[in-house]
Amino acid sequence: MPFACIYVPDFPVQAVVRNCDAITGLREKPVAVLEGTPPIVTVIAANEKARNAGIAAGMTKLQAEACPQVTLLRRSLAQEESAHAALLDCGQTFSPRVESTAPDTVIVDLHGLEQLFGPVQSIACELSRHTAGMGLEANVAVASNPDAAMHAALGFPGTTVIPQGKEAERLGCLPIDVLGVSEEILETLDRWGVRDLRSLAALPSLALSERLGQEGLRLQALALGKTSRTIVSAEAQLYFEESMELEDAVDLLEPLAFILSRLLEQLCTRLAARALSTNELRMRLKLEVNEEVQRAVVSSQKSVVSKDFHERVIRLPVPMRDGKVFLKLLQLDLQSSPPSWPVKKITLIAESARARAAQGGLFVPASPEPERMELTLARIRNVVQGLGKKSSRQKLESANVNVAERVGSPVLVDTHRPDAFLMRHFTAAVEPTQPRALRLRSGQAKTVPQVTTAVRMFRPALPVKVELRNGAPSRLLLNGSRAFAEVVALAGPWRNSGEWWGDQAWSREEWDVAVRRADDVMFYRVYRDLNSGEWFLEGSYD
Amino acid sequence: MVSRSGSAIPISRAEIVRAQVESNLAKKIPSALTVREKPRVEVFSTGIAEVDAGIARETGAETGGLPRGALSEICGAGSSGRTSLMFSLLAQVTGNQSRREFCAVVDATDAFHPASAENSGVDLSRLLWVRCGTSSGNRTAAFNALEKALKVTDLLLQSGGFGLVAVDLGDIAPEVARRVPLTSWFRFRRAVENTPTALVILEQEPYAKTCASLVLQVKAVQARWSNLLSEEFYSTGSQRCAAAPTFSDLLRGLGVQVEVAHSRGPFGSAQGRLSNLCHTAVADCRKPPSAVLSGFETQMPWAG
Repeated sequence: MPFACIYVPDFPVQAVVRNCDAITGLREKPVAVLEGTPPIVTVIAANEKARNAGIAAGMTKLQAEACPQVTLLRRSLAQEESAHAALLDCGQTFSPRVESTAPDTVIVDLHGLEQLFGPVQSIACELSRHTAGMGLEANVAVASNPDAAMHAALGFPGTTVIPQGKEAERLGCLPIDVLGVSEEILETLDRWGVRDLRSLAALPSLALSERLGQEGLRLQALALGKTSRTIVSAEAQLYFEESMELEDAVDLLEPLAFILSRLLEQLCTRLAARALSTNELRMRLKLEVNEEVQRAVVSSQKSVVSKDFHERVIRLPVPMRDGKVFLKLLQLDLQSSPPSWPVKKITLIAESARARAAQGGLFVPASPEPERMELTLARIRNVVQGLGKKSSRQKLESANVNVAERVGSPVLVDTHRPDAFLMRHFTAAVEPTQPRALRLRSGQAKTVPQVTTAVRMFRPALPVKVELRNGAPSRLLLNGSRAFAEVVALAGPWRNSGEWWGDQAWSREEWDVAVRRADDVMFYRVYRDLNSGEWFLEGSYD
Repeated sequence: MVSRSGSAIPISRAEIVRAQVESNLAKKIPSALTVREKPRVEVFSTGIAEVDAGIARETGAETGGLPRGALSEICGAGSSGRTSLMFSLLAQVTGNQSRREFCAVVDATDAFHPASAENSGVDLSRLLWVRCGTSSGNRTAAFNALEKALKVTDLLLQSGGFGLVAVDLGDIAPEVARRVPLTSWFRFRRAVENTPTALVILEQEPYAKTCASLVLQVKAVQARWSNLLSEEFYSTGSQRCAAAPTFSDLLRGLGVQVEVAHSRGPFGSAQGRLSNLCHTAVADCRKPPSAVLSGFETQMPWAG
């Protein structure tokens, strides 16, 4: 039963470099990662170039700074978590049985995969390629048991395949420390002159047991590559997270877009590895709040101005996996509601969803492409934004609950309140429903006229001066005109009221009037608000 | 040249020369001397048989209706019935059982009435409504709304996939709308060309000039009123039964006249002839149901 192990050397360095490599090209430079609180800040990992330049783990920051060519970065646990999740995704691309052995190591059960992906050599190469696609350079080893695969991955760079029965022979040249033995045993073995696995495997078992106990026998079995254990499968995640901590806070949208682009690319690669898409993208920005400015603004405005994070959620009507579309959506969203302080840390979370499977028909009429439509809608929202605010009177008068939403599909609300509707997010993937009027027509075709007179609304309703004769409107002074317009025909009144039990009670008296304006006759719907006694022009028949 | 049966097919010398010239120019100008046949223009019905027949008659087209892949204008003053015509179009495109397509309404003055549209048969779930401005009457606001409406129209046309994009400039004053540069209309015309999308502008007077393939002028000729008590019908301005209270009156509908003011391209050319007269009925629910008006009750969005 073959197992593959993916091991990422210098994991803290690769985790940090992974997302900013495209921007800064750090992978080609000597990099060391620091950890600790000043003044005790030490190097915990360095890449090969940094090690060649003289950097070693445990050096203080001051010592490391003696090598000016080495880039020193802070350790980021969030980025390490993302990198580890990416490693798991990479393993789960091939097999459902993946063990999260260590942050930098995962073991994949390859049993039965030969029929799907070919021989284990090609699977190992594919694993290596996929890991590189996630931005991580890894060692991949395949062996007949998990431990042998892990030790081979720890010891041999690149891709290694150990045939069954050849474990002891191939692992023999590796140093003892790949087994992860304690300092005490390592010192003992060193005194004995045992420095590689072949020497350890050659020791007599009985004598080894007498001197080192069961631990000695276990180490010998590992050196021979003859252990056997069951791997513990990791749970497949239902959401994908990528984050990046910045050395210096970013206060412009353009550089932020570069970082978002890189994170989205990683996120989409991970989603693709699991053959998933997302229908909800969450962006969380940690902000660097300037305390002094904050205090000054608070004292001047006498209110708390902002929080130290900025969160935006983009809900998509259909699952998508296009990084460029996501980037444009986030850019448009940030343009419309930018963060109030410079950004220190960026986290992107994608909720997983099954990828959309759609097949267009030859005879089906064209409809807007959902991905493209989302972008168009975001752009349109940016164009029409700023008109969402309404006066309190209008809020009271119209039940357009989602007043800020000016782009979408209208949905009628089950209420008697005039002009009540909601705005739903427009999506091109709707279930075919028969409109009410058509249903009525199919049942009672004779009673419904061919064309129904349309109503054009005035939003907000226009205030109008009305002269009454015998309690009915006789002349209207329309907004903007100097002379009264004569009412030539009218019908009404009809009284209508509702929501008297709540704060937004309304009561009105409606009239349909025909008004002569110049050569034309206009047909209006006017109403008197019975609470205030004022007259309004609600709309026209057209 | 020899046919399948083996007999020689006579080809004129001119034909041979033409073929030689075409083959020599094929790399630079494909089919240089071949007259391209214009594809047949697809139209969709307005939903009103009289209007469709009128358009077909005036333009010489096989079937009447508004052309796809072209810019059409519906012009008329307030209360002329232009919005009713547009709703009928929207109902045809969204609610037609054979081709249920998506539509967009770019509403410059936030005048669209969803209940009225649904009552006309528009499938609101297939409608994108973009509310660009308000009906404040302010000149600056009207300019802003118009600018936004044009930008939104541009975005929608670039996005594609809609059967009909309707731009409602019906409440924008002509002196404001006339300032839209002709290049904008040219751009819109080019954007919809060779697409299945029809661009329809609802306005008070024609603005797109030569860019429009079809201009319909809509005018209300009469309005029909009725009185429930006296059971009489009358038109606006005529005498009604003075003794009857006003609440027994009902606005029944508008008589609408549609005229093809201009048409071009595949429609040939026609101008200024009166073509159609159709009637619309007022959607009103405020009257109690009675034997005479039971038909109206059924068309209310909230009835039944």
